[in-house]
Amino acid sequence: METVMSVNESIAPVMPRSRVIGAYLEEARSECLRYMRAPGFMLPIMLFPAMFYLLFGVLMAKSEGADAARYLLASYGVFGVMSPGLFGFGVSLALERDGGLLTFKRALPMPPGAYLLGKMLMAMVAAGVVILLLLTMAVSLGHVTLNPLQAGALLLTGMLGVLPFCALGMFVGTLIKGQGAPGMLQLIYLPMSFMSGLWMPLPMLPKFLQQIAPIWPSYHLDMVAMAAVGLNKEAILTHVLVLLGFAVGFLLLAARRLRRNG
Amino acid sequence: MPHAPDPIIRDPIARLGGAVKRYGQLTALDGADLQLQRGELLALLGPNGAGKTTAIALLLGLIRADAGTVELFGQDPQRIEARRRIGVMLQNAELPPTLRVGELLRLTASYYPAPRTLAETAELAGVSDLLKRPYAKLSGGQQRRVQFALALCGRPELLFLDEPTVGMDIEARQKLWAAIRQLLAEGCSVLLTTHYLEEAEALADRVCVMTHGRMIHEGTVEELRARVALKRIRCLSALSVDTVRSWPEVNEVRRENERLHITATEAEVVVRRLLAADLHLRELEVQRAGLAEAFTELTRDADEVSDTDQREAA
Repeated sequence: METVMSVNESIAPVMPRSRVIGAYLEEARSECLRYMRAPGFMLPIMLFPAMFYLLFGVLMAKSEGADAARYLLASYGVFGVMSPGLFGFGVSLALERDGGLLTFKRALPMPPGAYLLGKMLMAMVAAGVVILLLLTMAVSLGHVTLNPLQAGALLLTGMLGVLPFCALGMFVGTLIKGQGAPGMLQLIYLPMSFMSGLWMPLPMLPKFLQQIAPIWPSYHLDMVAMAAVGLNKEAILTHVLVLLGFAVGFLLLAARRLRRNG
Repeated sequence: MPHAPDPIIRDPIARLGGAVKRYGQLTALDGADLQLQRGELLALLGPNGAGKTTAIALLLGLIRADAGTVELFGQDPQRIEARRRIGVMLQNAELPPTLRVGELLRLTASYYPAPRTLAETAELAGVSDLLKRPYAKLSGGQQRRVQFALALCGRPELLFLDEPTVGMDIEARQKLWAAIRQLLAEGCSVLLTTHYLEEAEALADRVCVMTHGRMIHEGTVEELRARVALKRIRCLSALSVDTVRSWPEVNEVRRENERLHITATEAEVVVRRLLAADLHLRELEVQRAGLAEAFTELTRDADEVSDTDQREAA
């Protein structure tokens, strides 16, 4: 006697919700762990903004007073926050599409979006580390006085402000596979930083660059960061909305490309 | 969902029905049919470019078919519920280099409803001594074993193994085969693609041979071998190639380093004639054609057919 059962009716294992949430957490944890352990990734992200800030914000700005150090804390903070977004997200996506890891993950029953959420969280953590590093330098070496609210606001700006750059990095990562992505992202990162007035204050740049600055998301993030440290008294809602729109737009573009091309 | 009316025929747990997949001008799958039953190991064989990878990608839900049906446990493979019942080992997946083996296993197991324990997985795949090591520090063979561990950690009902033993030494390969047999004994089904025919011979209940995006043979290993009834005869003999070639029972003859290599359907007749014609004949060997010959023969036939098709079409 044999009981014949259709596989369609056979007991499919049920995934309890707690395990689904657990899978998201594991993914985020692994993503953070693997990059925190990769000095080739973490060191440039932390050292570049720290070095620039030490040189221009602390040493050379001494004569200009604490306000210059405060101003540059915001703009180098934004500069520092962009790179975990662009590189952490974009380069790793490009490499993992190339190396077959993304294909493997898509074949596995990984919950939808866990891969991207994990990378997002990793970029937010890295951005937070960069801001904390700059804050420490500003307060201890640059004699910048910030109340805890301002420091907290800057940290929050950095950790959330990384997201539009994640979306941009992700989009570039879907366009270019493998080793070509870092170069391409540098071509976006460095000029965009310069043209948004992150290296030199905007008023010192040519008129034309000043006029087109609102195109760049980094310009808007800089405005928000200035407000956080108390240098921009204007309303920041428009800037926040532009950043949000930018993030959603590139996320949708990238998601569409990923679905089509893998 | 409609079911097959006949209750005796089990529903296959994975199925391709007339699946077609085109990449621009290239037709990777041209109406491929495949059925995998519960508890069996099916080996998918075929030369490079035959469409094996495309067939697997369809069943894993990585790509969509242009036509035909693709089912995994009676569902669309792009549904996560279907994929929670499978384990996957792909040919080239570069895993995160800085993560330790134990961490990789823990992450992958978290995707499944009722995974094995870490210790059980590690024991089965033979990676217990590697758990603390970063993935990048492992040898190629060790990395393959870890990938195998990742495939089985979710306690899958169906395992996809794409060229699992590439880069492994003989001992590691034997161990992996033993582990696969153990999983089969537990009721797990396996879809295996491999270049090593002895691997298919050692493990497969059924083999499915593909070329040009179609299945050209499906059956047991024995049936595949029987498709080619040739035997190989080798001996040291003074007889000339031309003499032996003139015998009607002989299909093919050549001489390599003093040794005659003869292929024939009825080996017994040829051997009798050989012994009668050359009293000094030495080192006689008779072998049945292996899976390799059968495979070559089959795919060559298919190539000829498709060449003719193309000529006719031209």
